[in-house]
Amino acid sequence: MREIRHRVQDCGVRLLRDGQGEPVLYLHGAAGLPAWGPFFEKLAQNHDVLVPEHPGFGHSDNPTWIRNVPDLAMYYLDFLDGLGGEVHLIGHSLGGWVAAELAVRNTVHVASLTLLAPAGIRVKGIPSGDNFIWSAEEAVRNLWHDQTFAEAELAHEPSDEEADIALTNRFMAAKFGWEPRWYNPMLERWLHRIDVPTLVIWGEQDKLFPSAYAKAWGERVSGARVEIIPQCGHRPHFERLDVAMPLILSFLSGGRR
Amino acid sequence: MKFTFFHLMPYRPLDIVERHKHRAGWVVLPNALYDPKKGADEYASYIDQLAYAEELGFDVIAVNEHHQTAYGLMPAPNLIASALIQRTKKAKIAILGRALPLVNNPINIAEEFAMLDNLSKGRIITGFVRGIGNEYHATGINPYFSHERYQEAHDLIVAAWTRPGPFAFEGEHYNFRYVNLWPRPFQQPHPPIWIPSMGSSETIKWAAAPERKYPFLVTFSGRDLVARYLNLYREQARQYGYEASPDQLGWASPVYVADTDERARQEARAGIESLFNDFLVVPWEMLLPPGYTSLSSMKNTIKIRKSLGSNARHSLESLMEAGTVVVGSPRTVREHLGKLRDATSANNLVVMLQFGVLSDELTRRNMEMFASEVMPHLR
Repeated sequence: MREIRHRVQDCGVRLLRDGQGEPVLYLHGAAGLPAWGPFFEKLAQNHDVLVPEHPGFGHSDNPTWIRNVPDLAMYYLDFLDGLGGEVHLIGHSLGGWVAAELAVRNTVHVASLTLLAPAGIRVKGIPSGDNFIWSAEEAVRNLWHDQTFAEAELAHEPSDEEADIALTNRFMAAKFGWEPRWYNPMLERWLHRIDVPTLVIWGEQDKLFPSAYAKAWGERVSGARVEIIPQCGHRPHFERLDVAMPLILSFLSGGRR
Repeated sequence: MKFTFFHLMPYRPLDIVERHKHRAGWVVLPNALYDPKKGADEYASYIDQLAYAEELGFDVIAVNEHHQTAYGLMPAPNLIASALIQRTKKAKIAILGRALPLVNNPINIAEEFAMLDNLSKGRIITGFVRGIGNEYHATGINPYFSHERYQEAHDLIVAAWTRPGPFAFEGEHYNFRYVNLWPRPFQQPHPPIWIPSMGSSETIKWAAAPERKYPFLVTFSGRDLVARYLNLYREQARQYGYEASPDQLGWASPVYVADTDERARQEARAGIESLFNDFLVVPWEMLLPPGYTSLSSMKNTIKIRKSLGSNARHSLESLMEAGTVVVGSPRTVREHLGKLRDATSANNLVVMLQFGVLSDELTRRNMEMFASEVMPHLR
């Protein structure tokens, strides 16, 4: 895996890249750039996997003109223009929201869309979890269903650099997700514009965005396939790699419109 | 010195055992714990206390704004200010302050202050604050844009008070085709603006700027921090090329006076300890939502917090030791406050003489003692 400084307009971001094959662009969630673990390793066996760190997060630049998620989506449209060709777009949580905002605007560079517990819409009567009021420990525990993952995360003592990045990312989470809380009221009514094959994956025990949200995505995105994974929290692709990976790989190889 | 009698209006009948079953006394504390009959009596008592402060010779009586909390029952402090205008004749009435970023139309704040200024014929002092972090949970306003909204709302309100209307205001967060205040403020060019703050260097730099010279009040801080921040303000003023007037400097503190040190401690203990341990305390996720302070300030706060250890209970003694509260005989209190005045040359002292569960009776005794035994000596 290579770490690259990738520049679009006036904004340089950290970009992790590995593998060969059809390109996959993975947009991370509000916790920030994930560790390059088994999910990415598997994906990179048959794909050219690109994982940028969003503007404002971690070591990426934080231009003042990026003020909300639609701005972030426009940034990634420029990003895709620069790459050329088509990518399989995968977005998790905040990154899923960005991917959906991007896809309702323009799918010329998008071969397929995989949304992993995406933020971005609101289902009335089913509020999202309040991750801004959760304590650090609650936040870890609530994002995993299997608490052995949580225990491992809690046992890790972050370095100063990791702690700084986590704080920076938390600021960005507020910038993009605080108000309205984790959604854009306009997005839902544009979702019909998504005209590429779409896979929605959700953990049944997701405490941040309840799995009932998956149904709403399935209804709004025409032809979307929705998969709910049992015994699974907010990170289905990390927590239930055994189930999520085959779903994603078969979807990615499943072809075109 | 000028003396301000400041009130938070806490909900004293709070069931403290129930309160601690919840994350905080703010935002998530079920309002079933508020009894309107008892609450109405609280308002009546507190307004009496504020009016009594004028009789006792305080220069200013002051209220403030907090939301969804037993810590303070004034989500709309201007309503109390309006009642106080009718109950008083000469005392200035300070609203310390309104939390500007929390509103979507700051013109409402400009209008209300202008009305109060007219109703009182110029007795109003305004305070501009951002609200504590909890307020961003209570209102949903994004803390990441708190500073931006504060600056912009401030500019809009001052322009609404001073610029001939109608004019248009074109900002990032606030946009209005027509700004045209009726009524205009009674005081010219506008009512005084005080800046109560925990003392961030950004705020000091901004408040001390020559075009503002806003009086700065350090709130809820130990004596060392009060001295440090007020001296920072003076230093900042010098860098701007002027000497800060003592009227630009002040601090706020809970104070309790009784005949002897021992009696003062005994009578103040329950009130002080409930203020800090039951009413005020919140988890830091609520107090400091991301973006509320700059990244570097947040990092410092986290470091300090780590070194202090979290969730330690505040005892009266530890708070006295730090000088966060001043409790004792008239002599003890005079000495403490006098020293801090001399070290900072500050001329504004804001005292909170009712705090936490402190009863009406003890509050009145405290007010009388302070007015007769402390105030004259520091004036």
